[in-house]
Amino acid sequence: MRLPAIAAALGLPVVLALLPLALSNYHVDLVTQMMIYAIFAMSLDILLGYTGLPSLGHAASFGISAYTVGLVSLKVTSVFWLVLVAALGASVALSALLGLLAIRSRGVYFLMITLALAQLLWGIAFQWRSLAGGDDGLPGIHRPNLGIPVSFADAVNFYYLVLVFFVLVVGVLSVFVRSPFGIALKGIRESETRMMSLGYNVWFYKYLAFVIAGAVAGVAGMFAAYHIGYVSPADLGILLSAKVMLMVILGGAGTLIGPALGAGIIVFLENVVSGQTERWPFILGAIYVSVVLFAPQGILGTFKSKLRRSADR
Amino acid sequence: MTFWLVQIFNGLSFAMLLFLLAAGLSITYGLMGILNLAHGSYYLLGAYLGLTVIKNTNSFLLAILCAIAAVVVLGIVMQRFFLRRFYKNELAQVLLTFGFLFMIGDASLWMWGGNPQVLPKPSVFEGSYRFGSIVVPSYRVFVIGLGLLVALGLWLFQGKTAVGAVIRAGVDDEEMTRGLGINTPLLFTVVFGVGAALAALAGVIGGPFVGVYPGADIEILLLGLVVVIIGGVGSLKGAFVGSLLIGLLDNFAKALFPEFTLFTMFGAMALVLLLRPAGLFGRK
Repeated sequence: MRLPAIAAALGLPVVLALLPLALSNYHVDLVTQMMIYAIFAMSLDILLGYTGLPSLGHAASFGISAYTVGLVSLKVTSVFWLVLVAALGASVALSALLGLLAIRSRGVYFLMITLALAQLLWGIAFQWRSLAGGDDGLPGIHRPNLGIPVSFADAVNFYYLVLVFFVLVVGVLSVFVRSPFGIALKGIRESETRMMSLGYNVWFYKYLAFVIAGAVAGVAGMFAAYHIGYVSPADLGILLSAKVMLMVILGGAGTLIGPALGAGIIVFLENVVSGQTERWPFILGAIYVSVVLFAPQGILGTFKSKLRRSADR
Repeated sequence: MTFWLVQIFNGLSFAMLLFLLAAGLSITYGLMGILNLAHGSYYLLGAYLGLTVIKNTNSFLLAILCAIAAVVVLGIVMQRFFLRRFYKNELAQVLLTFGFLFMIGDASLWMWGGNPQVLPKPSVFEGSYRFGSIVVPSYRVFVIGLGLLVALGLWLFQGKTAVGAVIRAGVDDEEMTRGLGINTPLLFTVVFGVGAALAALAGVIGGPFVGVYPGADIEILLLGLVVVIIGGVGSLKGAFVGSLLIGLLDNFAKALFPEFTLFTMFGAMALVLLLRPAGLFGRK
């Protein structure tokens, strides 16, 4: 790692930890939401940016975890660690299953298959009224109970809980993408045939990346459910899958910080703009189009190539 | 018996609607590698434009013509000025067409409001036919007939004409086709326009029995994608068989176990993928 990267790695958690001192509860809540979606976007980046697998059904792993939080905490137990195990277990199990169906396809087929499989789950959630509440979803999810005398109904306390997991995810994923496994994933992204002829079991690497990305998305889904206290079929749907893809591309695929930044920007805009106008979907659509036209490498990618160009001069 | 026949009949008319939609989706991807998620928007826009024209002129035929003309212009603009720049770049296409889907959807909500609306049937097809104990609305007969006619027309066009041969060649190997001196950019635009026209047509003729509402674009797009995945990308025959399968399945599921319609549909797709990853008639 270069010096600026190390400084950022140490500085970012400190800045985030100090933020609540300066912000109102509303803004603390907003940053909490940004961190949750940043975790989600980074998990998709493992697939999209590092492995070259464009999943358009990534909301499946997010939503199944959110639904598990809803079902377990409403009907079984409110103990956080048990809910966590159940939610992440559900995400991992689902990704392991979907991966079996999706991984052998590539390119646009992979895109359509992941989309269709996620929609299958959306359909179940939407129509299975007795279990999943159907269209209404599951309201009334309480903030987690960690068995310590701290109430996470408080915005600032919940912020710190999410922050701990956010820093954990960033740390683990940074090590992961630099590990031999992560580098092999990049190799697969660049040339599958070359990796195959080098003796790598490409299918297995992709499959494992799919499951890992699903597990991390599960972390995001879990906190999203706790955060707004409500799960609905939209948490599994195509709109969310496309939105997280936009976050990744906007920030810059293949860099962990980029997607986190992209998530922050989209969540921020969504909150600010939809307070001002009803036409947020139109503006969001325009953002999709603008990103493709003007910043296809994402913010970080564009920034990097600018730096490189000025260094060459 | 009567129940089954009526269901088959309803399923067929829905299947024809799906075919109009899936044919364009499948061929644009098969020929030029464009996954156009805004295809559902063409359907939505076709239906809304048709509604406005019918309200003002009372002519169903004029509604079809106006809707097709407007949507074809939009489609060609999208293809020539945007999509063409991202040839074989699927990720860019997905984001770009998804952006258009949002913008068109929201603009339609703004123009036509959020209430579900139903297009009036053309007065010629107000009645119904009786076959013994079965009563079938004549409009559904018209939709099935029209769908079959379009399918036949596309099949003859693709199989028997020189332009069709070029399209088939383009689906098989675009680069080689271009190398033979064929003007593929023009061909792409024409095929894209035809696809958009079929989707707009589907919107207008589907309007009287499916209706039009915010979100119909995504709903119909997903059905179209399922059909294309089942049938195999780039295959007209696949789009036709896939449409029949999904149209009938959807109708029977709605009649027999309404709780699980979405599940049966996507479940069928997952099953086909498991057995034949490239779809029933797809090539890999």
